[in-house]
Amino acid sequence: MAKAHVYDRDHINTDEIIPARYLNTDDVGELAKHCMEGLDADFVKKCSPGDIIVAGHDFGCGSSREHAVWAIQGAKVGAVIAQSFARIFYRNAINCGFYVIELPDALEKINDGDGIEIDYKAGLIKNETTGKDIQFKALPDFALEIIRDGGLLEHIKKK
Amino acid sequence: MGMTITEKILARAAGKDAVRPGELVNAAIDVVMCHDVTAPAAISMLKEHGIDNVFDTEKIVVTPDHYQPAKDIKSAELHKRLDDWAKEKGIKHYYPVGKAGVCHALLPEQGHIRPGEVIVGGDSHTCTYGAFAAFSTGIGSTDSAAVIATGRLWFKVPVSMKIVLNGSLPTGVYSKDVILEVIRLIGVDGARYKAMEFVGPALGDMSMEARMTMTNMAIEAGGKNGIIAFDETTKRYLDEHLKDKADYTVYESDTDAEYDSVVQVNCSHLEPMVAAPYLPSNGRPISECAGLKMDQTYIGSCTNGRIEDMRIAAQILKGGKVAIRTIVVPATPVVWRQAMDEGLFEIFYDAGCVISAPTCGACLGGFMGVLAEGEKCVSTTNRNFVGRMGHPKSEVYLASPATAAASAVEGKLTDPRTYM
Repeated sequence: MAKAHVYDRDHINTDEIIPARYLNTDDVGELAKHCMEGLDADFVKKCSPGDIIVAGHDFGCGSSREHAVWAIQGAKVGAVIAQSFARIFYRNAINCGFYVIELPDALEKINDGDGIEIDYKAGLIKNETTGKDIQFKALPDFALEIIRDGGLLEHIKKK
Repeated sequence: MGMTITEKILARAAGKDAVRPGELVNAAIDVVMCHDVTAPAAISMLKEHGIDNVFDTEKIVVTPDHYQPAKDIKSAELHKRLDDWAKEKGIKHYYPVGKAGVCHALLPEQGHIRPGEVIVGGDSHTCTYGAFAAFSTGIGSTDSAAVIATGRLWFKVPVSMKIVLNGSLPTGVYSKDVILEVIRLIGVDGARYKAMEFVGPALGDMSMEARMTMTNMAIEAGGKNGIIAFDETTKRYLDEHLKDKADYTVYESDTDAEYDSVVQVNCSHLEPMVAAPYLPSNGRPISECAGLKMDQTYIGSCTNGRIEDMRIAAQILKGGKVAIRTIVVPATPVVWRQAMDEGLFEIFYDAGCVISAPTCGACLGGFMGVLAEGEKCVSTTNRNFVGRMGHPKSEVYLASPATAAASAVEGKLTDPRTYM
């Protein structure tokens, strides 16, 4: 089961997700080693494949560096749930085929370490620890289509 | 119902008579900016997907800037990938090292920005070009790849927010102070997903360089784009800088256009501002923070590395000596040459500054002035996030070139008006 890593903070920015000193490469494996390093130097050690990052408002603000999404994807994070997202990060995530879930009461309904299962199609998060189901607004169809195709370029090619 | 400039430009680009906020449009892109951090990945993605097509070799502008000249082997490899591709595809507007500059200073200066156009770039500060009544916004590498291949991109039409700049700028107060005040008022997500339209009499006091400082930082309030209507100042700049394609369309917001909110700023009452760590919204008047000891001054970047900024800093540094290490980074080769010709380099040199080649460099903690643990830097750049210019425990204080220069002389945050 996926574990929730909760960061009770707004404006977690791209310099924290992947510090610019690592932007001299676009190698995903290399970037993944430093995922969230500016915020939590131990994140990569703590994160198991499929785990979920949960945060406050404006997640991913700052730079347009898609490296932020690649680092998170490379660290095998399953999805990011935030109260809200910065625009470019949100767009980049969808373009990379990565799930981002906007959930205004994320920090009330999910605690650090909770076991989480997500049904993207139904727009449902099952919090196995609290035993409660949480509804979320599913992404618009065109965005889901891009994610299911494996990202924007695959989507364009398909069309 | 009337439309804003932003809505009119997106409608035109999508081939529609009208658009409303929230509507998804598929827009034709007029210019795409590519640099050394985000474009090499876009190029690799296209190759991996077997997409060979480049939509228009004349609408792509390429410059290495973040780590130029290459700071290490890895960045040299990024530059090589960019260089090989630009040559292979015959990209017309390619600025290799020697001609390369900080992208958002370079593109307007070299005449690539025209009113009414849709401009995107693989850099969040692409919103800078809105100073020219264009729609411009930052995108990631995948979007860059999509634009390079197809020349189109989908957008949600943003709601517009009106920022009214009343009064006029007092001596020692610059457009940087104004935008820091705006971000302080609305917060770093106060304009999230929105178009920030700047209007009002104080714009009359601002050159295009000064206006670009404000639209540059629209993203620091979460804005999708920043935009300023066309006027005589815009026209004068364009007459001087546009080269091969000098025609453009001017759009104006209708009097009955809809705004989601209106923010009023009385510029006449502003003081020089400093944004303390770790958010650009942590602005405070210099009177509340003067005296805080600094270790470094950085004068440059896409926010404040243009010739006007060099002149403002030089005026304060003239005849004086800096008390802390001070790094001056003219944003483009043309700014560099102009600063040299105007005698500004002599002033910087005599004051004890180091003058760098054009680069984004230390603004993002790359090189040419990275901070050690515990160090504080007063900087004319746009972000003061944790670790932005170096060690995670270093601190960045955002300010105007005047405040930065005065602080360099004193070695602590200083009101530039004492030097005027």
